[in-house]
Amino acid sequence: MTAAERPLLSVERLQTHFHTRAGVVKAVDGVDLTLRRGEILGLVGESGSGKSITGFSILGLIDPPGRISGGRIGFDGRDLVTLPEAERRRLRGKDIAMIFQDPSMTLNPVLRIDTQMIEAVQAHEKISRQAALRRARDVLVAVGIPSPDERLQAYPFELSGGMRQRIAIAIAMINRPRLIIADEPTTALDVSIQGQIIHEVKALCRQTGTALIWITHDLAVVAGLADRIAVMYAGRVVETGTTAEVIRNPQHPYTQGLIASVPSRETRGHRLYQIPGMTPSLLNLPPGCAFSARCAHATETCRTAPELTETGAGRAFRCWHPVGDRR
Amino acid sequence: MLVFVINRLLQSVIVLLVMSVLVFVGIFLIGDPTAMLVSPEATDLERQMVREALGLDRSMLVQYLSFMGNALQGDFGRSFLTGQPALQLILERMPATFELVIVAMGFAVLMGVPLGMLAGMRPEAPSSRAIMALSIFGFSLPTFWIGLMLIMVFAVQLGLLPASGRGPTVEVGPLKLSLLTLQGWYHVALPALTLGLAKAALLIRVTRAATREVLPMDYIKFARAKGLPARRIFGVHLLKNIMIPILTVSGLEFGQAIAFAVVTESVFSWPGMGKLLIDSIITLDRPVVVAYVLIMVFFLVILNLVVDLLYMAIDPSSREKVRD
Ligand SMILES: Nc1ncnc2c1ncn2[C@@H]1O[C@H](COP(=O)(O)OP(=O)(O)OP(=O)(O)O)[C@@H](O)[C@H]1O
Ligand code: SF4
Ligand SMILES: [Mg+2]
Repeated sequence: MTAAERPLLSVERLQTHFHTRAGVVKAVDGVDLTLRRGEILGLVGESGSGKSITGFSILGLIDPPGRISGGRIGFDGRDLVTLPEAERRRLRGKDIAMIFQDPSMTLNPVLRIDTQMIEAVQAHEKISRQAALRRARDVLVAVGIPSPDERLQAYPFELSGGMRQRIAIAIAMINRPRLIIADEPTTALDVSIQGQIIHEVKALCRQTGTALIWITHDLAVVAGLADRIAVMYAGRVVETGTTAEVIRNPQHPYTQGLIASVPSRETRGHRLYQIPGMTPSLLNLPPGCAFSARCAHATETCRTAPELTETGAGRAFRCWHPVGDRR
Repeated sequence: MLVFVINRLLQSVIVLLVMSVLVFVGIFLIGDPTAMLVSPEATDLERQMVREALGLDRSMLVQYLSFMGNALQGDFGRSFLTGQPALQLILERMPATFELVIVAMGFAVLMGVPLGMLAGMRPEAPSSRAIMALSIFGFSLPTFWIGLMLIMVFAVQLGLLPASGRGPTVEVGPLKLSLLTLQGWYHVALPALTLGLAKAALLIRVTRAATREVLPMDYIKFARAKGLPARRIFGVHLLKNIMIPILTVSGLEFGQAIAFAVVTESVFSWPGMGKLLIDSIITLDRPVVVAYVLIMVFFLVILNLVVDLLYMAIDPSSREKVRD
């Protein structure tokens, strides 16, 4: 495989486990993901399904008692799991950047914005303060921040939530990374600002050819944003495919439930569908399909874990009784 | 900002006034100093003469007003015992106490903060547990006992360090300083260690708690996600955020140490203010006691102000509150 056709990121059977007093929490237990250069992937799943932990695993930011206990994270031909920490650090913020969910806490409250942006550049490049500051100013303009010079002088508490998240996005983009992992970056914001930011990030990624993993529990958000979707449930990717395929023709009952619970014009005035039951505890998952307790299609067969069924390039699901059309 | 400082200084004037009344009344209740000043065989007439000479025959209110009138002009009266101006007596002893406390606090901060950060970063590690166990000893052992043990080991057994006095002094303007000589450092070592150990132990615990609170914060994780080197994450992002509690405790402990260095000073015969105060209380030397308390209150007020100004330097949002 030449460098051009090799995927930028290929996560294979990734396992990230937390060794707690109560037992082993298998937060991520066999995740597969593939991402090409410049591609936008929506990583969808309900709370506790392991989306953030997947993101932090790729970045190499899993702290004890957590540990990557298996699998591979191929990034541009290198395996990040076995990469020494010193080299991982050089990748973080330079080739792979991350944006967090809560903008009120991502920026250090006692450091000025310019300090926090300049250090992000200088951590990876021998470059003067002046040059780094100029670059900081340029990205602030690029992410649509008015009067950037004033913002650079400000402390985080002087800025609104939307502004802070824009600055976090600017910091993520400042070194022109090849991959950005955005962990529900708009859930804490107003709906109107949400839309703007999603639109801007998409445009910027397209413009710079940056690949993007957008983590969310809201399928509606990624429908208009992502090229492809991966649906996570209880530490596994249960369905993946292009956005159009997954939304028009979901194969996994869980995906179907997620789609049915998105409000739309038809459902207005009716009670919204809700997937029955709750996310199972990851502490002692029973063998077999983790969704079986909540699944209307469950049978005896589902007591063994469903294998991955691939129905085309980049289209796959984990279910014994797929609910979509089989072409 | 300036308004804030002026406001605080005005407040401190009120505090000083209230304190002066309290101290004055308090010392009246303790007793009549004439008994300490004249020989037991003295006649009533002799006693009366002493009382008149010192102004003790006048009413409490008159005495207070005349004291305050003079105090405003910088005259706190003369010691009943030696006849020296009280202020001068205290100021002579002040550098010794300050030197001792500054060295002790410096030691406490330089020991306590790094050890506390280490213990906070890896709470489960054996080294961290050892640090915490040590800190429990540090502040549960009584000061005088630590002092005696240090004297036993370093002065008596090993003969390495002197156990009393502050050594030769160098005059800088009106102040007599001993830290400018190597001998001075030898002399201050044991008393400063004695005074500083408990404070280091306290700072270890404060720093550890703050570190454990700050480390799980998103902004630390974000700093790591930016690929910053560890020394920047811990030395800037963590340290600047744990400075507030460290500063608070250091400030309190500093004031505490200045005002109550007396135990250490007694153990090491350190010629500081603490010893002077005890002697003056025992002899009911009113002018010295009152002057001492007022100077201490003044010092603590200034110390608080400095700590508040430092807060503002560290925490930008506290600056904002002052502006409105
Ligand atoms: N430090 C930890 N110790 C033990 N378990 C943990 C730890 N961190 C995460 N987990 C577990 O890992 C699971 C996955 O967490 P993760 O944060 O990835 O979920 P998520 O899909 O991002 O959910 P959300 O939408 O709420 O952010 C959770 O069930 C959580 O309990
Ligand atoms: S494998 Fe069985 S239980 Fe699991 S989702 Fe498919 S049908 Fe439901
Ligand atoms: Mg999450």
